[in-house]
Amino acid sequence: MKSDDKKSKSVAKERLQFVLVQDRVKLTPDEMDAMRDELIEVLSKYIDVDSQKIEMDVRREDDMTALVANFPLKGSK
Amino acid sequence: MAGKTIVITSGKGGVGKTTSSANIGTALAMHGNKVCLIDADIGLRNLDVVMGLENRIVYDIVDVVENNCRLEQAMIRDKRYDGLFLLPAAQTRDKTSVTPFQMKELIEKLKEDMDYIVVDSPAGIEQGFKNAIAGADRAIIVTTPEISAVRDADRIIGLLEAEGLRDPEVIINRIRADMVERGDMMDIEDMIEILAIDLIGIVPEDEGIVVSTNRGEPIALNDSAKAGQAYRNIARRIMGEDLPMMKLEKDSFISRFKKLVGLA
Repeated sequence: MKSDDKKSKSVAKERLQFVLVQDRVKLTPDEMDAMRDELIEVLSKYIDVDSQKIEMDVRREDDMTALVANFPLKGSK
Repeated sequence: MAGKTIVITSGKGGVGKTTSSANIGTALAMHGNKVCLIDADIGLRNLDVVMGLENRIVYDIVDVVENNCRLEQAMIRDKRYDGLFLLPAAQTRDKTSVTPFQMKELIEKLKEDMDYIVVDSPAGIEQGFKNAIAGADRAIIVTTPEISAVRDADRIIGLLEAEGLRDPEVIINRIRADMVERGDMMDIEDMIEILAIDLIGIVPEDEGIVVSTNRGEPIALNDSAKAGQAYRNIARRIMGEDLPMMKLEKDSFISRFKKLVGLA
């Protein structure tokens, strides 16, 4: 019963955050992927990013909406 | 008098906008406020039946803007509170029968005489929504703990801000403590964090809502109903009181027992 490994509320929260990123920046999933890939490409020229662990989130703050990206470095913890 | 106008909106349909409008309006009137409820859902009116006032309608909001009657003639006085009125939507017309400008004018006029004007918005983000928010000073978004409803709420927040309606607040409706507890429903904190707006109230799922809608008596009138208490609290927060959020309890053995013996 693989689908029961995770509580359904966590699945909902993750899926919701995913669609809201697209809704808030008004990009299609393909455009989001392209942006992510290009960001990885640029950053990789200078630092060793762990592309498996990247997190991107669009957050609404007091007066603005911000793209918050997290690019962990390889071998760091 | 300079009344405040509050629009109740959501994006998604079926999350409880009309029920929330009826109950907030009723609870505000309980506190002695003069309140006018406006049904902005032209073509699909329902606030009249939720309020139990459907058989008193003679004129509607379209009659008012088209000058077929005076504003006061279209306002239906509530059965229970002298200070509570309903301005019904037209049922045989569509959303284009009223413009945002006309809505604003109408609300300006009502403000002279009312403490609060509560506008029940239709679902969607088209003209009906634009009419509903046209004269509003404050927006309350109703959502439920489901992805679709929260997603639409997020869209609405963006649209309201683009229209200059800053700092909307949210009601999380139909929350079930038992499902939250077992991890099958998003909890309040998660939703508030994601939406990044202020919470003005939580309303537990309550069978009593169906019963009260059947009877045309808003649940805010029912002293013992949890959802009624939730709406009365929301009204007090709208009036500026700082009240703690309602504790969600599971319907545990002990609480069922307490109910049985009349302790709760």
